[in-house]
Amino acid sequence: MWPENLPVLEVNRLSKSFNSFQAVQEVSFELYPGEILGLLGPNGAGKTTIIHMLLGLTLPTSGEIKILGLNPEKSRQREKILSRMNFSSTYVAMPYSLKVKESLMVFARLYGVKKPRQKIESLIEQFDLKESANKAIRTLSSGQLTRLNLAKAFINDPEILLLDEPTASLDPDIADRTRTYLMEIKKTKNMAILYTSHNMKEMEAISDRLLFLHHGEIIARGTPLEVVSRFSGENLEDVFLKIARKVEP
Amino acid sequence: MSFRRISAMFLRHTYLYRHSFTRLIEIVYWPLLDLLLWGFVSVYITKLSAQGESAPNFLGIFLGALILWDILFRSQQGISVSFLEEVWARNFLNLFVSPLTISEYLVSLMLVSLFKVVVVFLVSSLLAWLLYSFNLFIIGLYLLPFMINLIILGWSIGLLTTAFIFRFGQQAEVLAWGIAILFQPVSAVFYPVSVLPKFLQLIASYVPASYVFEGMRAVIFGQSFPVAYLLKSFGLNLIYLILVLIFFFHMFRVVKVKGLLAHMGE
Repeated sequence: MWPENLPVLEVNRLSKSFNSFQAVQEVSFELYPGEILGLLGPNGAGKTTIIHMLLGLTLPTSGEIKILGLNPEKSRQREKILSRMNFSSTYVAMPYSLKVKESLMVFARLYGVKKPRQKIESLIEQFDLKESANKAIRTLSSGQLTRLNLAKAFINDPEILLLDEPTASLDPDIADRTRTYLMEIKKTKNMAILYTSHNMKEMEAISDRLLFLHHGEIIARGTPLEVVSRFSGENLEDVFLKIARKVEP
Repeated sequence: MSFRRISAMFLRHTYLYRHSFTRLIEIVYWPLLDLLLWGFVSVYITKLSAQGESAPNFLGIFLGALILWDILFRSQQGISVSFLEEVWARNFLNLFVSPLTISEYLVSLMLVSLFKVVVVFLVSSLLAWLLYSFNLFIIGLYLLPFMINLIILGWSIGLLTTAFIFRFGQQAEVLAWGIAILFQPVSAVFYPVSVLPKFLQLIASYVPASYVFEGMRAVIFGQSFPVAYLLKSFGLNLIYLILVLIFFFHMFRVVKVKGLLAHMGE
């Protein structure tokens, strides 16, 4: 178990450029166990690029990433990190020809889950996938697909979870249940969660701390209340609109 | 019937040719390859009849060649199409954010390819025997090294295709269907290498499959088993596989630097 007072994720002066376009500039932050860190900003602010660099899908131009004290750029350490981490995004699908249970079995094997059948049954229960458990993924509704993506993200009981707009296609009921579940699990399992969403109310409700990104740079950080007051906004949505429309604090 | 709506749909499809070099190439590619292949088959048959030789075992030559060619083709498809399945399903990110390494992924693709080859080979051999009383196993134990060579060449072509799809995205998808066929005329599948013009004979000498098909014909014609051909084929295959793997891993790194991996299948 990772010590509570040490960050599970340390990002130090991380930058990424694509030719002349600077997608991420000298970004530094930490994520602690039992914390939800919200990453927000307008489209193209660099949120997804940061997540992709943390996952090793994109190589940084400069800077350093440490996850659970390990370096993800070293292949052996990367495997260790990824077995203790997971990711879910509304924009990533699952193998559509497989059935829900089959797909979860594939991921259970990839993550080396012990007692995979038992784990899959509990996830199916947890994410309300009982009715669709034996259906082909191509027949699922977008809400069911998002829940399946989330179930996959919990298959290895990750210590760190990266969630890219996980509630974007959920109805308000399931979205609320998902948020409640995430807040519960971060407490009970001391899970560290990095979260992106364009739903400002959701970000305000769920995040312990926020990083506000604009043009690849962190322009504000702190609790939702601190960020709102720094920009003299009424709420996070107000702050978001001010920043997107280039009003300086 | 509205001509405006019909023309809109016509435009919708022809616009694609403006933006896709691969689609433009396809217009020439397939007819040219068909023409080359069947042209050389015709030359071969004409030559035989002009020499007044007694008809060789055409059934053996063509069916044997077809079944063996399918091994190469399925082996390549086993890699390329299995890879494309993940691209189409937009499942790529889920795989590469798991502890799965790229080497493990490649080995799994090779296993899938091997499985497909074995199934297709058994089915087609059985059908050839049932429908045409052709027994491919007359080649005997020599069949195994022939098959191994074709499988390895199929893997090399499959990995090469996959590297291009990684780098250039779904634009390069057409390679998965067409690149193996490019090797067919110079692999001397249905005719001996001697039928080809000199410059194509030179190219054929660098294609491992050409030695396999020459060897197959020699065995079917009851000649001695050409060990030298087999060794050349193995040697070339080994070199190509190593080069392709180096290229593949290089491309994988380039793709990660450019941030393209995250967009596979989008």
